[in-house]
Amino acid sequence: MAFYVVQFLTGLASAASLFLVASGLSIIFGVTRIVNFAHGAFYMIGAYIAFTLTERLSGAFGFWGSMVLAAIAVALIGVLVEMVLLRRIYHAPELFQLLATFGLTLMVEDLVVLIWGPDDLVGRRAPGFRGAIDFFGQNIPSYDLFLIVLGPVVLGILWLLFQRTRWGVLVRAATQDRDMVAALGVNQKWLFTSVFAVGVFLAALGGALQIPRDAVHHAMDLRIIVEVFVVVVIGGLGSIVGAFVAAVLVSELNAFGILIFPKISIILVFLVMAVVLIVRPWGLFGKPEAPARKTPGLTVNPWRPLTSNERLLALAALVIAATLPLFAGNYALTVGSEIAIFVIFAVSLHFLMSVGGLASFGHAAYFGLGAYGVAFLAKMAGLPMIVCLLLGPLLGCMGAAVFGFFAVQLSGVYFAMLTLAFAQIVWSIAFQWVSVTGGDNGILGVWPEKWAGSPSHFYWLALGVAALVTIALRAMVFSPFGYALRATRDSLLRTEAIGINAKRIQWTAFVIAGTTAGIGGALFAYLKGSVFPDNLGISLSVDALVMVLLGGVETVSGAVIGAIVYKALSIWLISQTDLSKLVLGAFIMLIVVVFPKGIVGMLEMLAQRRRKSSPPGSSLLAKPIESAE
Amino acid sequence: MRARNYFVGAAFALLAGGMAHSAVAQDIKIGEINSYSLLPAFTEPYRKGWQLAVEEINAAGGINGKKLVVISKDDGGKPADAQTAANELVSSEGVAMLTGTFLSNIGLAVSDFANQKKVFFLAAEPLTDAVTWSKGNKYTFRLRPSNYMQAAMLVEAAAKLPAKRWATIAPNYEYGQSAVAVFKKLMSEKRPDIQWVDEQWPPQGKIDAGPVVQAVAAANPEAILNVTFGADLVKLVREGNTRGLFKGREVVSFLTGEPEYLDPLKDETPEGWIVTGYPWYSIKTPEHDAFLKAYQAKYNDYPRLGSIVGYQTIKAAAAILAKAGSTDPEKLITAAEGLSMPSPFGEITFRKIDHQSTLGAYVGKTALKDGKGVMVDSVYKKGADYLPSDAEVEKLRPKD
Amino acid sequence: MSVAPPLLAVEGLTKSYGGIHAVRGVSFSLRAGEILALIGPNGAGKSTCFDMLNGQNQPDTGQVRLLGEETTGKKPREIWRMGVGRTFQITATFATMTVRENVQVALISHGKQLFNLFGSAPKFERGEAGRLLELVGMGGYADRPCGELAYGDLKRLELAVALANQPKLLLMDEPTAGMAPRERVDLMRLTAQIAREKSIGVLFTEHDMDVVFEHADRIIVLNRGTLIAEGSPAEVRGNPQVQAVYLGEGLVYDARHREGASA
Repeated sequence: MAFYVVQFLTGLASAASLFLVASGLSIIFGVTRIVNFAHGAFYMIGAYIAFTLTERLSGAFGFWGSMVLAAIAVALIGVLVEMVLLRRIYHAPELFQLLATFGLTLMVEDLVVLIWGPDDLVGRRAPGFRGAIDFFGQNIPSYDLFLIVLGPVVLGILWLLFQRTRWGVLVRAATQDRDMVAALGVNQKWLFTSVFAVGVFLAALGGALQIPRDAVHHAMDLRIIVEVFVVVVIGGLGSIVGAFVAAVLVSELNAFGILIFPKISIILVFLVMAVVLIVRPWGLFGKPEAPARKTPGLTVNPWRPLTSNERLLALAALVIAATLPLFAGNYALTVGSEIAIFVIFAVSLHFLMSVGGLASFGHAAYFGLGAYGVAFLAKMAGLPMIVCLLLGPLLGCMGAAVFGFFAVQLSGVYFAMLTLAFAQIVWSIAFQWVSVTGGDNGILGVWPEKWAGSPSHFYWLALGVAALVTIALRAMVFSPFGYALRATRDSLLRTEAIGINAKRIQWTAFVIAGTTAGIGGALFAYLKGSVFPDNLGISLSVDALVMVLLGGVETVSGAVIGAIVYKALSIWLISQTDLSKLVLGAFIMLIVVVFPKGIVGMLEMLAQRRRKSSPPGSSLLAKPIESAE
Repeated sequence: MRARNYFVGAAFALLAGGMAHSAVAQDIKIGEINSYSLLPAFTEPYRKGWQLAVEEINAAGGINGKKLVVISKDDGGKPADAQTAANELVSSEGVAMLTGTFLSNIGLAVSDFANQKKVFFLAAEPLTDAVTWSKGNKYTFRLRPSNYMQAAMLVEAAAKLPAKRWATIAPNYEYGQSAVAVFKKLMSEKRPDIQWVDEQWPPQGKIDAGPVVQAVAAANPEAILNVTFGADLVKLVREGNTRGLFKGREVVSFLTGEPEYLDPLKDETPEGWIVTGYPWYSIKTPEHDAFLKAYQAKYNDYPRLGSIVGYQTIKAAAAILAKAGSTDPEKLITAAEGLSMPSPFGEITFRKIDHQSTLGAYVGKTALKDGKGVMVDSVYKKGADYLPSDAEVEKLRPKD
Repeated sequence: MSVAPPLLAVEGLTKSYGGIHAVRGVSFSLRAGEILALIGPNGAGKSTCFDMLNGQNQPDTGQVRLLGEETTGKKPREIWRMGVGRTFQITATFATMTVRENVQVALISHGKQLFNLFGSAPKFERGEAGRLLELVGMGGYADRPCGELAYGDLKRLELAVALANQPKLLLMDEPTAGMAPRERVDLMRLTAQIAREKSIGVLFTEHDMDVVFEHADRIIVLNRGTLIAEGSPAEVRGNPQVQAVYLGEGLVYDARHREGASA
C-alpha cells in the first residue's frame, strides 16, 4: 500500500514540473494564439542560466534566488523576442508564428552549446531538500514533496492573478475574444507582451527547478516541448486548470502504467491525447473555438490556373531541370532527387493545409508509411520496384483514411494535435515492432533496380513523379472538388447550406494528401535504400510545415519553392558547418520578418504592385517563380 | 573562448565552402561522418582524437608519402542525412573510404550505403551487433567493441556476484534492447539459478526517473543491470541515490565508466558499480602514455573514450591504406582483413571472419575520489576473448 | 380536384431551452410563389423558428413538411437538396474566392460534381453562374474577390448562391439588415420578381416594417414564441394585438434600426 501512495506522490512531482511549463504555454496560446514552438527553448535557457547562477551564488538564498533570477532573466529575453520578432507577425497567416519560433528554437539549440559547452551539466541539489523522507519503508525525496506543493501553489497564484486583477480580467477576456479587447481600447500590444513574459517566466522557472534532479543539456527543449503541447491540448487550450489536471493525469498514468507495461512511456501521452480528442474534441476543460475571424490583410489574390504563357514558362523550367544530368555530378543529382521528393511531400501538405485549411502536424506519418510500404513489399514480398512504387503509397493511403476520418472531425490546433498524436502512434509502432520493422535500426537494402539505379535515372524518375504530382494536385485545386474544398475552408456554415458534406470533402482531401505524401515516401525509401522510424518522425513533419510556410501558405505554388529553398539550404548547411541549426534558424527568422507572406507570397505581392503601376501584359515576367513548377 | 572559436570556424567553413576541402590530387582523402551537432558531448573529444591522429600521421610522412586529408561531415543525428553526407563524400569529394558514425542506426545506414556503392567503410562507434553480424557486409569494418563484447565482459564479473534476483533498466530502443537481451542470455547460461524480477524501459532521453526507480525498488531485486547513459543516467542516479535504490544492491552498468558519462555525475557518482569504461588516469602502458601525453599537450584537456575511438579510427584507416598501397576498395578489404596494428590499448586486429576489431575495454568499479567519479580496480579486457566461436559467427553473418 | 399539399407546412413547432419556451406550437403554411414575412419583436423566437425550418436546429415536437415530405430530423445539406435555398442574417460566403466562384461552388454541389477531381471548375457552368449573377445585378463583379465586396453586394451574392439549386423555397433571414434604404427596396423588389417568375415560395424575417408591408403577400407575427396574428399586410396592420406588441418597442426599434443602416 505504502508503495502505491509513494508512486502516486512521485507521479504528482513529475506532474508539477510538467504543469509549470504547460501553464505558460497555455496562457500564451490562449491570448496571442501563438503556437510557441520556442517554449521548450525558454525552458532550457532557464535551466542553463539557473545552473550558472547556482554555481556562483552560494547558500540557500543564493540557490533559490538563482531560480527566480534565472526565470526573470529569461522572461526579459522573452519580452525582447516578442517585441522584436512576434509583434511584426501577429497579422501574418496563422501558424506563421510557429515558423518564427521554430527558427528561434534551432538557433537556441546551437547557442547554448556555444555558450555553455557540449557536456551535460549537473547542478547542485536544493539546500534543505537533499534527502528523502521515510514513508512506511518507502523513500520520498523531499524535493519531490516541495514540487508537489509548488504545483498547486503556482496554480493558486495564477488563479488569483486571473480572477482578482484587472490584468487577469483582460487576459481572460482576450482568451475568449481577442477582437473584443482591442475594441475596449486596451493597449493590446502591451497585453500580449506581458502575457508572453509571464508564460516564458513559467517555462524558465520550470527549467530552473530541474537543476536538482536532472542534467542540463542542449536537447532538453525537444524532450519537453512536444509533451507540454500534448498536456496543454488534453487540458484544453487556454485553460490553466485543464493544464494542471492533464499534467497530473499524464504523469500518474505513466507512473502506474510502467508497472504493468514497462514500455508504455514512449507512447502514453499520445494515446491519452488521441483518446481525449476523439471523445472531447476541445480537451478536458477547453471550450469550442469561436470560428476564426479573418485577420485583416488576409484577403488573398484570387487563385487562378496558369495562363498559357505561364504554362510554357513552367514547362521550360521543368525542361531545364531535366537537363541537370547533362552537366551535374552524381552528388548534385542525388541532392536533386531528394529535393524533388520533398517537393512531392510539401505539395501534398500544401494541398491539405492551404487548399483545405487543415494544418497537419503529423504529415510525416503518411510519407513514412509510404516508405515502409515499399520496404515491406520489396524486402518481404520481393516484388519488383515498379510494383512497389505503385503499391507502397497505398499504406500511406490506408493510414490517412483511418486517421483522417477522426482528424477531420476537429479543426484548427486540435486537428493539428490529433494528427500529431496519430503520427507519434505510427512512429512508436515502427520503433517498437522490431520483428517487423526492424525498430530504430530500420529496414536496409531497399535499393532501386538497375533501370533506376544510376543517379541520373533516379533523378529523372523523381523529377518526373514530382512534376506529375504537382500538376495533378494543382489541377485538383481548380477542379470542382478543389472548389468545394476551398469552400469548406472559408465557411463551414455556407458549405452545409449548399448541400456539401464538408467532413467528407475534408476526409477525401486528407486521403489524397496522405497518399501523395506516401508517393514521396516510396521514392525516398529507394533513394536512401533504407527506411527508419525517422521517416515518420516529428522533425520531418515540422520540416514539411516549414517548407509550406516558407513558400507562402496562401499561394498555389508556394510549397514547391518552399521545398526547394528549404531543402537545398539545409543540405548545403549541414554539409558546410556543424552550426547548421544556428544559420538555418537565423535564415528562417529573417524570412519571417522580411517576407511575412512567405517567399512566393512576397513575389506575388511585388508582381501585383508592378501590375498595378504598369500596363497589363507586362505582369508575366514578374511572376516566373510562381510558374517555375 | 570556445564560443569564439566556433564562430570563427563556422564563418570560415561558410565562406571557404568547398575551397577548404579542395585537396591536392596526390593527397589521400578519407571521408568522416558523425553526429557533431546532435551529440557534441561525445563527438567533440572524438574529433580531437582523430585530428591528433591526422597530425601525427602527416608529421610521420603521411601514407606511403602522400598527405592524409580527412573531410568531416555532420549527420545531424539522422540516418537519411548521413547518407546524403556519405554520398557527397564519395561522389563529390572522391574519398578513398568512409569512417565514423556514432548512433547504431546511422552506422547501419552508412554500412548499407557502402555495400551498395562498393565503398570501404570503417565504423567507429556504433555498438549494435548487427553492423558486423546480422547485417554485416563485405565493405564494413568496425573498431569499437560491440554490444555483445561489452555484455560478455560484464557478465564475467556479474556472474561471480551472489545476487540471484535481477532487474534491468534500459533505454527503449535497439541498443538498450539488445544489450539487455545479450546480457540476459549470457548470464543465464552461466547462472541458471538467476531470476529476472523486473524490467524498465524508459524512452531514450525522456526517463521519468522517479517512477522508474520506485518501480524497480518495488520488485526488490538483489542486483540491477543498467544500460541508460547520458542525461538519463544522471536522472536515474540522482533519484536512485535519494530513494536509496542502490543501497545494498549490486549494480552492473554498461559504459558508465567512460569519462563522457561518469564525469557529469561528480559527487553523486554511485560507488561500487561494475562498469565498462575508460580510466585514462590509471592506465600505465607505454602506448597509452604516449597517446595521453600527445593529447594533453595538444588540447590541454584529458581524453574521453571518444578521443581514443577517433584517434584509433584514423590510425587504423591509415594503416589499412598504407598496407593496401591503393584506394581500390577491394584491395582495402584484403588489406584490412586480419590486419594487426598498435593502439593506445595495445595491439588490435581486424578479424577476417566478421570485420570486427579486437579493441577491448576496461572493466572496473566506480568510486568517489575528491568529489569526482573514477573507475578503480580496472582491468583491460581484450576484445578477442569475448567474441563467440568462429562457427557461431559464421551462422550470425550473412554470406557475402 | 384534389388539393395539392402546400409548399411548406409547419405544424405545432415547439422548442424550449431549459424550461424557457423559445417557440411554442407554431403552425403555418406557404404556397408556391407566395412571399411570407415572419415578424416579431426581438426575442420572439424568429431565429429559432427559422433554424428549425432549415435543419440547423431540431424541434422538440412538431413537424415541417416540404411538398408533403417530412424535413424534421434532416441536416441542412439534406434539406437544401430537397430544394430549399437560404441566406443568412450575417452573410456567409467564401471570402477568398471570387464572386463567380462562390456561385460555381453551389452549382457544382447542385450538379453533384463535388468529387470530380480533374474537371475544370473555372469552366464549370460558367454561363449559368453568369446568368445568376446578372439576375441579381452582380454581373459586373464576377471576378472580384468576395472578401472585397460591400455588404449589400454580399447579400445579393448570397441570393444568387441561394438560387443556384433552382429552389422551390427560399429562406431569407433578415435579407436587408445592414443595407441602405435604397438597396433594401431594390433587393426585395428583385426577390419578389424572381419568386413570381419562378414560382418560388419565400419566407423571410425582417425588422424593417416598410420592407415587410410593401413586399410580403402575407405576414405572420410571433411574440414570445407564439403565433399571435396571421394575414395580409392590411389585416396585420390593423390587428390590435400586433399593435400592442409593436407599440413603443417595435416602432422605436424600427426607427433606430433605419437610422443605423443609413448612417
